[in-house]
Order: sequence, then C-alpha cells, then structure tokens
Amino acid sequence: MRLRKSLVMLVYLLFVLVPIYWLVNMSFKSNREILGGLTLWPTTPTLDNYRVIFTEPTWYMSYLNSLSYVSMNMLISLLVALPAAYAFSRYRFLGDKHMFFWLLTNRMAPPAVFLLPFFQLYSAVGLFDTPIAVALAHCLFNVPLAVWILEGFMSSVPKEIDETAYIDGYTFPKFFIRIFLPMIRPGIGVTAFFCFMFSWVELLLARTLTSVDAKPIVAQMTRTVSASGIDWGVLAAAGVVALLPGIAVIYFVRNHVAKGFALGRV
Amino acid sequence: MKTYNNKAWWLVLPVFVLVAFSAIIPMMTVVNYSVQDIFDPSTRYFVGTEWYREILVDPRLHDSLVRQFIYSFCVLAIEVPLGIVVALSMPRRGLGVPFSLILLSLPLLVPWNVVGTIWQIIGREDIGLYGWTLNSLGLDYNYASNPRDAWITVLVMDVWHWTSLVALLCYSGLRSIPDVYYQAARIDRASHWAVFRFIQLPKLKNVLLIAVMLRFMDSFMIYTEPFVLTGGGPGTATTFLSQTLTQMALGQFDLGRAAAFSLIYFLIILLVTWVFYTAMTHNDDKG
Repeated sequence: MRLRKSLVMLVYLLFVLVPIYWLVNMSFKSNREILGGLTLWPTTPTLDNYRVIFTEPTWYMSYLNSLSYVSMNMLISLLVALPAAYAFSRYRFLGDKHMFFWLLTNRMAPPAVFLLPFFQLYSAVGLFDTPIAVALAHCLFNVPLAVWILEGFMSSVPKEIDETAYIDGYTFPKFFIRIFLPMIRPGIGVTAFFCFMFSWVELLLARTLTSVDAKPIVAQMTRTVSASGIDWGVLAAAGVVALLPGIAVIYFVRNHVAKGFALGRV
Repeated sequence: MKTYNNKAWWLVLPVFVLVAFSAIIPMMTVVNYSVQDIFDPSTRYFVGTEWYREILVDPRLHDSLVRQFIYSFCVLAIEVPLGIVVALSMPRRGLGVPFSLILLSLPLLVPWNVVGTIWQIIGREDIGLYGWTLNSLGLDYNYASNPRDAWITVLVMDVWHWTSLVALLCYSGLRSIPDVYYQAARIDRASHWAVFRFIQLPKLKNVLLIAVMLRFMDSFMIYTEPFVLTGGGPGTATTFLSQTLTQMALGQFDLGRAAAFSLIYFLIILLVTWVFYTAMTHNDDKG
C-alpha cells in the first residue's frame, strides 16, 4: 500500500515536471540545436536566449510593465479588501449575503464578457495603454478573491480580542492597525501572493487594454509567436523568466496554497 | 455570533465602489449595446430584442456552447477523480510533505500563456518530447492539423495545469480528519475502500464542492491556453465560448451580437454560481 502510494505520487510528479523541464531545457539551447533534432539536454548550453531578454528593451520593458501593474493591483486590492473582509467576518448588515454572492460572481465572470466595455471605458477616460488600466481591470477578480481569503483568516481570530481592545479604550482605526493586522499577518501575505499570482498569469485583459507603451510580458510573448519565424529559444527563455516570481514566493505560502486557491473556504 | 450593525457598510463601501466601477458600469454598456444597432457613435437605432433572437439561432454560438459543455464535462470527469487519487497518495509526514506541496503547486503558478507555450513546444513532432515520441511509436500525431489530436492536447494540458488544484484542496480536506477516525476503522477492520467511502469521502464533500465549482467555472471561461496552443484550430475544433466572443467583439467589431452573446454567457455563469453558492452556504450553516 505504502509503496503503491509513493509510486502514484512519483508518476504524477513526473507528469508535472517533464513539460517544465522541457521548457528549461530549450531555453538553454541555440535555435540551431533546437531545430536540428531532439536532444534530451542541451549539448552546447548557451545563455544567448537570456541575453536577448535582458538586453532588448521590448523584452525587459515588458517585464517591468507587468511588474508595475501587478504590484499596483496588489496594493489596491489589499487596501480596499482589508476593511471589507473585517466587516464581513464580524458583522451582519443589510444585504451582506447578497453582497458576498455578488462579489463571487465577479470572480466567476468570464473576462471575455468585459473585454469590449473595458476597452471603451478605459479609452474614454484616457487610461488605455497604461499600467493603471490593467491594474484596475484585474481588480474585477482580485478584489473579490482578496475579500474571500481575508475573511477566512479573520474569522479564525476570536471576537473576544476585539471586545477587549475596545474596553481598553482603543478606537477602531487604532485597534485595526496596531492589533488586528499584525495578528493576521500570514493571511495578508497569502492574499498578496494570490493577488500577485492571478494578475501575473492573466493574459486576455492585459493584452486588450495595452498596445505599445504598457505592453505586458504575456502579450509580448504571444506577439512573438505570431511573427513569421518563431524564435523558440527566446520564447522558452521568456517563459522560464515568467515562471520565476511564482516559484520564488511559493515556498513561503506552501501551507496556505490550498486555502488561497479555494477562495479562503478550506 | 455576529452582531447586526449597518455601520459595517462603511467598511464595505470602498470595495463596492471599486467593483461597481469595474463590473456594473461595463455591464450596463453591454446591455446598452445589446439592444441597439450601432454604425458609428452618432448613428444608432434601438432594435429591441433583435440581437438576442439572432444570436440564439446563430450556429457559432451553438457550436461553441456544445463544445464548451463537452470540454468542461471532460475536464471535471478526469481532474476530480485524479485529484482525489493524488491527494490520497500524498505523504503524511516528513520532508516529503513540503516537497510534494511545492512541486504540485508549480503548474498553478505558470502564467497561462506560458502553459500554452510549454505544450505547444512539447507537442510538436519535430522538437517536442511528447510529439516526437508519439510519432516515433508509429502514431500519426499532429495537434496543428488533426482536430482529434488538438482536442486531446488541450485536454491533457488542462489536466496538467489544474489537477494540482483539486489535489491540494482534497489534501487540506483530508488533513482535517482526526486520527481517531482511522483508529476506529482499524479496530473495525474496515477495508481501504470502506475507509475511503465512509470516512474520507464525506469529509471531502465541502472541498470537492469548491473544487468542482472552480474547475467548472474556470474551464467554462478558458481562453488563453487554447488560444496560444492551437489558436482555436484546426478550423474551429478548439474554439471555446470566450474565444468566439473575443473574435466577435474585437475581430469583427460586431457589437450588438457580441453584447447579446456576453449577456447570455454571463447568465449561464450566474445561474451555475448561484447553485454552487447555495449548496456551499447551506453546508456552512449546518456547521
């Protein structure tokens, strides 16, 4: 039984890792080697593909663009979601359940539905092709997500703590910032991670709301694909670099990944 | 117990304003478009429900809707059982736990277009490991020209991308089962199947509900991965709802039709979300 279990796990992990290995493998090959035939590892490893990414402005600027709208989105989402999540976890109020459901529908709504109106809304207010447009558009699914995750973490803090603090003479803002926020620090970290993640991986809205100045990395990659000759090596290298931020932070939130992906409901 | 206090609305207000700006205003625009025929910003006619009547008999909608339902069904049918099996095979303690958790999460952290790129590369018969292997085994596999191969590739890609999510959710559900349950089962000499059926599965009900909802919704709005992998082709074999809609709205600027399409799409989503939400909160209330 033990053995069979480990075997299943091993086979599945292999299934997960082989495609990623193949991407990394290709990113270290020259295009001649890639198209010359199948090799299981780079016979003449080269860093040329990465050099292209870090020296050509269209490539590294697109990374910076992505990072800028992703961090803006993360900040906005956290700032508005923190008080709202507190309200949902502590109080009942008029229409609270409907509000919560309505937030959920926004997480579930297909971005494609909002494509056209977003395009026109942000063109009308002059924000088209700026990182802030993408950051605001991504709030559509990230704010509900942040509220749901934070609400889960806040509900596990006993209510007596609030009451004691109020009796001790704390005002709400002071209590919230000085006592409550430090208590749910892991929750805030996890929420930030998931806002970061979902904004980082999204393509459709990010591509539609930008053209030249704010072009994100995900769009830059698809546009290279549609060009006549595909530069496989550079494409693979760009993919690897796009993977890195997620891998860099996953270690810190490993125990909470399930909670985050489940909208805080586990 | 939560106290009843309507002042809590002040705390929710920022979220309300922000989400209203990015959801209600655009939604109203869509409704507005769906009942008008627009030639240019100054020439527009009110056409009532004409777009709806047209789109409801549009073969493009029918085809991609059918394709979408088959696809979402396949995704659930493969990923949920597989996810449960993987979760049951997770190591219980030791170094293996964080190790497997991190490796399992990997596909979830890959940008969606990179997922497409990865499978685009690995499926090719000349430079990709899988495509090359299949072809040298004598199978005539080519996802770019054969609709069946394209379908299978998109499906396997989705399984690769999202089964970990189901597995992680089930794993955290399993972890919440106290050891006493297992000890009792051992005393009763319960079989592995009985342990699964009467101890683990009931405890997994809640997380499975979430997993099924998330996987259904996300596969129902899938866009990026097939777009990068096959571009919806060959022909329209892997063109799902979101892509049909995007083509209509941005490719052909067919505003009225696209708007009516969006609303129908959205209503389906709303209905399904409501069903799941009711089931979820129903469970919450019970404990």
